[in-house]
Amino acid sequence: MTETSHRPSGDPAAVPSPSANEPYLVVDELTVRFPTADGLVQAVTDLSYTLEQGKTLGIVGESGSGKSVSSMAIMGLHDYKRTRMSGSIRVGGQEVVGLSSEKMRTIRGGDVAMIFQDPLTSLHPFYSVGSQIAEAYTAHNKASKSQARAKAIEMLDRVGIPQPKSRVDDYPHQFSGGMRQRAMIAMALVNDPKLLIADEPTTALDVTVQAQILDLLQELQRDFNSAIIIITHDLGVVAEMADDVLVMYGGRAVEKGPTREILTHPEMPYTWGLLSSVPDVSADTDARLIPIPGNPPSLLDPPTGCPFHPRCAHRSKVPGDLCRTELPELVTGNRPGHTKRCHLANPDSIYEAEVLPEIAPDLVEVVAEDATPAETGTGLFGPDDEAADGGSVAPENR
Amino acid sequence: MTDTDVTPASDQRGGSRTPILEVTDLTKHFPIKSSGVIRRTIGSVQAVDGVSFQVPRGGALGLVGESGCGKSTTGRLITRLYDPTSGSMKFDGREIATLNSKQMLPLRSEIQMIFQDPYSSLNPRHTVGTIVGTPLRVHKMVPEKKVLDRVRELLEVVGLNPEHYNRYPNEFSGGQRQRIGIARALALQPKLLVADEPVSALDVSIQAQVVNLLQDVQKEFGIAFLFIAHDLAVVRHFCPEVAVMYLGKIVEIADRETLYSHPHHPYTQALLSAVPDVKQAAVGGRRERIRLEGDVPSPINPPSGCRFRTRCAYAQDICARVEPPLLQIGKHHKVACHFAGEMGAMPSSPITLKVLGVDREGNSVNGAQPTVDVTSNDPGFADTWTDPKTLQKESEGIG
Amino acid sequence: MFGYILRRLISGVLVLLVVSVAVFALFFYGPADPAIAYCPETRCTPQRLDNIRTSLGLDRPAAEQYGEYMKGIVAGNDFQAGAITIKCPAPCLGVSFKLRVNVTDYLMERFPATLSIAVGGAVLFLLIGVSSGIYAARRRGTLADRAIVGASLVIFAVPYYLFALLAYLLLISQWGIFPESGYFPLFTDGPVAWAKGLLLAWLVIGLTSATQYARFSRGSMIESLNEDYVRTARSKGLSERRVTMRHALRAAVVPVVTIFGLEFATLLAGTVFTERIFDIQGIGLTALNAINTRDLPVISATVLIAAAFIVIANLFVDIIYSVIDPRVRLT
Repeated sequence: MTETSHRPSGDPAAVPSPSANEPYLVVDELTVRFPTADGLVQAVTDLSYTLEQGKTLGIVGESGSGKSVSSMAIMGLHDYKRTRMSGSIRVGGQEVVGLSSEKMRTIRGGDVAMIFQDPLTSLHPFYSVGSQIAEAYTAHNKASKSQARAKAIEMLDRVGIPQPKSRVDDYPHQFSGGMRQRAMIAMALVNDPKLLIADEPTTALDVTVQAQILDLLQELQRDFNSAIIIITHDLGVVAEMADDVLVMYGGRAVEKGPTREILTHPEMPYTWGLLSSVPDVSADTDARLIPIPGNPPSLLDPPTGCPFHPRCAHRSKVPGDLCRTELPELVTGNRPGHTKRCHLANPDSIYEAEVLPEIAPDLVEVVAEDATPAETGTGLFGPDDEAADGGSVAPENR
Repeated sequence: MTDTDVTPASDQRGGSRTPILEVTDLTKHFPIKSSGVIRRTIGSVQAVDGVSFQVPRGGALGLVGESGCGKSTTGRLITRLYDPTSGSMKFDGREIATLNSKQMLPLRSEIQMIFQDPYSSLNPRHTVGTIVGTPLRVHKMVPEKKVLDRVRELLEVVGLNPEHYNRYPNEFSGGQRQRIGIARALALQPKLLVADEPVSALDVSIQAQVVNLLQDVQKEFGIAFLFIAHDLAVVRHFCPEVAVMYLGKIVEIADRETLYSHPHHPYTQALLSAVPDVKQAAVGGRRERIRLEGDVPSPINPPSGCRFRTRCAYAQDICARVEPPLLQIGKHHKVACHFAGEMGAMPSSPITLKVLGVDREGNSVNGAQPTVDVTSNDPGFADTWTDPKTLQKESEGIG
Repeated sequence: MFGYILRRLISGVLVLLVVSVAVFALFFYGPADPAIAYCPETRCTPQRLDNIRTSLGLDRPAAEQYGEYMKGIVAGNDFQAGAITIKCPAPCLGVSFKLRVNVTDYLMERFPATLSIAVGGAVLFLLIGVSSGIYAARRRGTLADRAIVGASLVIFAVPYYLFALLAYLLLISQWGIFPESGYFPLFTDGPVAWAKGLLLAWLVIGLTSATQYARFSRGSMIESLNEDYVRTARSKGLSERRVTMRHALRAAVVPVVTIFGLEFATLLAGTVFTERIFDIQGIGLTALNAINTRDLPVISATVLIAAAFIVIANLFVDIIYSVIDPRVRLT
């Protein structure tokens, strides 16, 4: 790779060095509202998370959960006139919320880049792939046309497009779906971003191509040490890609923590629902899928209390009418680093007794035979061996 | 392994023992016109090329494969949204491939389709009552006075509020719209439902609702399904029998236990291993998987011999020369591969030499007669078959 | 690309052939007897009418006459009108019944006036319409947007001829703000006189037609500003100006070009009013007079010219398409 450290020459001040020990991305109490004719859309509410360089965060949720909106906010891609935003987003120490659009532009596509779900509609049909990549380069670097073109060829080669010298002049419709997404990645990475936001990067792709693209993203992350946010509804993708998971529902974070923790010991009924409603290639075919009843909440008029309570099957286990009346705090559960927004007092035992048998009945017996007092995490996926980080808090009814 | 529940003949409904749909050598080539002044046909997109299968009465066959494999075209051929280039489609014992649209009309009520996109497949200017009621009126299923009652009934069946017949599609969520589409398809009491990616446009939590609804509907009304999807897990959940397509051909077809646990075609193996697995969370990192290079070749000019060979790790000379026949290698298992075998234990020499009467380079061998009629493409399963081990032993004698 | 244009050209020629057959059928099977147009029944004996028919060749079979007509267009033709011979070199569109002159020459005198009105008007309404449409789209929901949409609706609601008539009466006759209108050929009278004579006509056409284009281009611009690839362009850190002008606009002009191709015919037809009100001798007025006097050769010639114009405009649109959209030229 040549000239990897080219930065826009004019604005070193736009990217000040991060304050001591702060992670590269800090989202703090982010709230995004869109006033519309029908009322105020409460797209994101009080969202906080951090992400370090070289790490991957998976954001999981359904449409309308706020997962895309919160990431677009990092890029400053919302129309300022039609968006009310509060809280703080710091990218490499630079506050982004309220930043002038001029300054925002130097970050966007430079230090922070984004790839989108549908590479066919996300690439301009009238410009060649090469010129669209070159344009991203010249937007942040002083480069001649031929330099930018050479850079585009280099990037196409880097993301595994065969014969990049001739394909650089092709138009998006001449590329296959997988190649288009590679081209999008090339475009996003042309300025060596420190943070890459991938919004459903493989949803529109076939599984074998999805595997190729995920491989590519991981390989590039190793090479560039960039932070990656991967927004998806596919828990399998999260399991394989992400270091940390953030589950969003109704514009709020409802569960957050290390991927392994969240996917082996989920503590929030919505996460349980996500796990149980997706069939597995090895699950029992006689078992019925357990859908989450009802529909995602309206963001115009979100439910009172816990946003998930109208669809929650475990509401009755919480004393009183707490779920309906009081929003649970996002607090640490039974394991360090694992936070959840739920009133349930003993999620682990409910999970083992009621949820696990539905998701993976074959594992329940293993649990029964294998359960030793020291083992906190009798996880979804078999006896686990991580007492070290599993934690010290044993679930109550062991 | 239990095969009893997938036997096409095991029809509990007591009707005829013939499958509801039997497709033989179905082919669809879309002509390509030249760009000159006179537009000649200069080639064709071989979207579906000689596909054979059966859908049992009240049963379900899954068609999986990646975009461009021809699975959706197959669905549209069966509903006669496209006219087949050649081949036969027997619906309820009656040939429908050659019917003209007028002859097809009475059959249209018996074969219905559910589409992928619940947003674009419902007319936004019609109320739900009109959408669901129109097929009832067109086919005069019920007297005009009873249409509304029937519409309410259908809405109830699919889990919608029957009093919402007056509303417009935009007042419903994606999952509810898909329910409306299902109610519309059910209105005519079809015997076969072609479901083309019925849940892939929906949110995960809603997908399960719709899949369960389809299963209820299947059980309650005895409707057979041709379930077309790219999501391998959903297809496995829904269909006792599954066919894998690649570039217009079926490369492997089997009951689901066999197909998902013992795939014998390298493409099926790659497809299965490519699915990201949530269980991986316990281990961390990426799952070991078979990685396919490149993209699916163009169906305009597909590779010679085996169409998968350009991306196959096991391909040898013979694969370019001779197209592998779809051989039955188990009770309910057919595979089209010269090197078919268990994952990780693929044979190093072709197993098809004996049946094809060719040597390892694909040249025909003097005196060796093909033992199978490679051109025949039987949609069902025979009572006798040769397992891969025997095939290989037989072939070693020739190679 | 070349094959694409050639194919378009050939289909254009075919369209013209069909139009010519239709026009010719009008001659023969239409209600008007050309001989009577020459010499009204009240003044002519049936014997004389027959003579006229013979001299015009109207007694011969239709196919033969069509051949003659086509031959005239390709190779020219000479007409005998009583004692005099009217020379009609190719492309010969016949001889006017009323005026006894070569139709081609007659129309060529009037054609530049119509073309001047149409082209000048088109340039103006495209400029005003598209730019205000884009402006409104970028400031959607603001006062400026609503003002543009509102104004375009008001102007659109006023009938064109009323607008033109009021403009003429007030701005030229009454207040004398604009110079007296009329057509002064560009090459003989110079550009200043030419422009002065047409100025108000251009403005009236420009302003009234711009309303439609403002709304079209506003709608299409709003749509393309919402496209995923515009979001991609923004996410690259491009300036808003570049995002709008380079990424959104290029896609937004496609439907505008389509409308323009379709509307060009209306523009030509619309000049009837313009020519009448602003006293400009153009094709529109000529056609109107020819219809009044049943001068079939002139009518058919104007129809053919109009058809040719539509064909040329559509060819032009197709070429623009292929320049804008690579998918058109590469498939």
